[in-house]
Amino acid sequence: MRFILRAILLLVLLALVLSLPSFATSYYLGLVVKIMIYALFALSLQLLVGCTGLVSLGHSAFFGIAAYFVTLLSPESGAGNMLWLLPGAILAAMAYAAVTGALALRTKGIYFIMVTLAFAQMAYYVFHDTALGGGTDGIYLYFRPEIRLGDWVVLNIDDQFVFYVFTLACLLLTWLFLALLMRSRFGAALTGIRVNEQRMRAAGFSTFKYKLIAYVIGCGLAGVAGFLYAVKDGYVNPELLAWEQSGLVLLMVILGGMGRLWGAVLGAVALTLLQEVFQSHALFGEFASRWHLTFGLAIIALVAALPQGLAGLPDQWRNRRRPKSISSASAQ
Amino acid sequence: MDPAILLIQCLNAVQYGLLLFLVASGLTLIFGIMGIINLAHGSFYMIGAYMAFALQPLVAQYLGGGFVLTVLVCVVLATVLGYFLEWAFYSYLYTREHLQQVLMTYGLILVFEELRSIIVGNDVHGVPVPSWLAGSVRLGDVMTYPVYRLFISLVCILVAALMFWVLTRTRLGMMIRAGASNREMINSLGIDINRLFRIVFAIGVALAALAGAIAAPVSSVYPGMGNAVLIICFVVVVIGGIGSIKGAFLAAMLVGFVDTFGQVFFPAAAGVMVYLLMAAILLFKPEGLFKH
Repeated sequence: MRFILRAILLLVLLALVLSLPSFATSYYLGLVVKIMIYALFALSLQLLVGCTGLVSLGHSAFFGIAAYFVTLLSPESGAGNMLWLLPGAILAAMAYAAVTGALALRTKGIYFIMVTLAFAQMAYYVFHDTALGGGTDGIYLYFRPEIRLGDWVVLNIDDQFVFYVFTLACLLLTWLFLALLMRSRFGAALTGIRVNEQRMRAAGFSTFKYKLIAYVIGCGLAGVAGFLYAVKDGYVNPELLAWEQSGLVLLMVILGGMGRLWGAVLGAVALTLLQEVFQSHALFGEFASRWHLTFGLAIIALVAALPQGLAGLPDQWRNRRRPKSISSASAQ
Repeated sequence: MDPAILLIQCLNAVQYGLLLFLVASGLTLIFGIMGIINLAHGSFYMIGAYMAFALQPLVAQYLGGGFVLTVLVCVVLATVLGYFLEWAFYSYLYTREHLQQVLMTYGLILVFEELRSIIVGNDVHGVPVPSWLAGSVRLGDVMTYPVYRLFISLVCILVAALMFWVLTRTRLGMMIRAGASNREMINSLGIDINRLFRIVFAIGVALAALAGAIAAPVSSVYPGMGNAVLIICFVVVVIGGIGSIKGAFLAAMLVGFVDTFGQVFFPAAAGVMVYLLMAAILLFKPEGLFKH
């Protein structure tokens, strides 16, 4: 019964998302694409934070590195070939993740948060202070890459609808990949590491290797999001790697709910929509330009009301209706 | 390098390091004792600087005082603010996960920044150096050094000395040190932990605001000044070891020197130097220089 309900819900959602371009204006379509990119970005961080227990405050580095990769290496006179640009962008993000991850994973907890932040700041300053990527002005990507085999153009994503579907496909594939990953033996080991790393080591798992692989995978997926972001806007600047960006995506994961993949997606949707609502002149009039105030207050209120994030809301409701003793017994 | 220039750079490094220490010491105490990751700490520095800017004319008009009185008013107001914030927001977070605290204090940053923009606006403002500190001293044949920067260092050293005295010689200091090493234990020994938390938090806010207020004439006040300080202070706290005042002092001086001389010798990579230092230290000492 639950399975059927879920399947129906999923199908309705998918139908809604696919039919959206037929009635939404170009502005809203762009907004949905932005939400999907952030959802992908948040999913990639969820693998680290919620699934493995590695709280990273430097995730924007990998997003930005991939975005800069595609922008710098695309030819200026025509469309680049996505068949090597996308894997290249992911590999660039993964390479930086492998080097910095191997060092950062020697530390734990709050120290890990700070070391990841430090490595992200380093990447930020490389793009911010050197002429490599146009400094603080950033650089433009003039042509969206296309998938090309020889002279045959397989897929061109210049059209807004095509790009929308392409982004959706990337998001769903990432989601599916992570869901399968977490169901595998590898995923079970990651969950074990999150719950009790000491015990996993005692059980004979080389936890460092597992954590490093998870870190590199998560950062590679952040690279996918960065690639899409650069292609969407056709413009990159160092602020893509700033710590505020890492903070924002971490907020999405925390707000959505940790440990559940769909929590990250929910958090990305909620935070992006909240920003959009508070910036809307139609709803808030003159006050819309002061949206940081309302946005900040909304975040504080959400933290107070949702100790387990949005994804924990159903559990929270169920526990409220049930007497305390039973709920604590069922949690055992 | 000319010895006079070297001396000037050293003085700059010391002054910057001492200023960082004022902000970071509050952060490390709040971190170590209350177990709260307070992202809003940079905002308190910003609030102190803006108060020094906005209150100066008011203090001159109603209290007839100059710069020193303004700074004192700032510190008093910041202490009250700290007391209020702990009561209104932070006291609900002690039982929550660390990441929930990160989320809420991030919300507070946004609120503070926007309130600042509503009240004072988004322009960069200079704060005048008080006339009796406006001169400069001669160093060597041609170089001079502003007296006000020496004054900043002096104030910081006095506050640091006061803090060491409070921490090592008074009952309150004893409770704070005990709280930093074992929170549950001092609670079960009958010390009102909530009151202690409130005091520590208020002290932390006051120190950050003091640093902002006395730095304002040198750095001027501008939007986003809090965030820049926040990140660098986290670096200081982590290098020093969470909860350790001694560590924070040493780390702040280290960061001051590395940053100042990084800008002299490697201007292209100046931004990276401090983070490189932190990464290097954490790789050899994964829990900071002075682990608690």
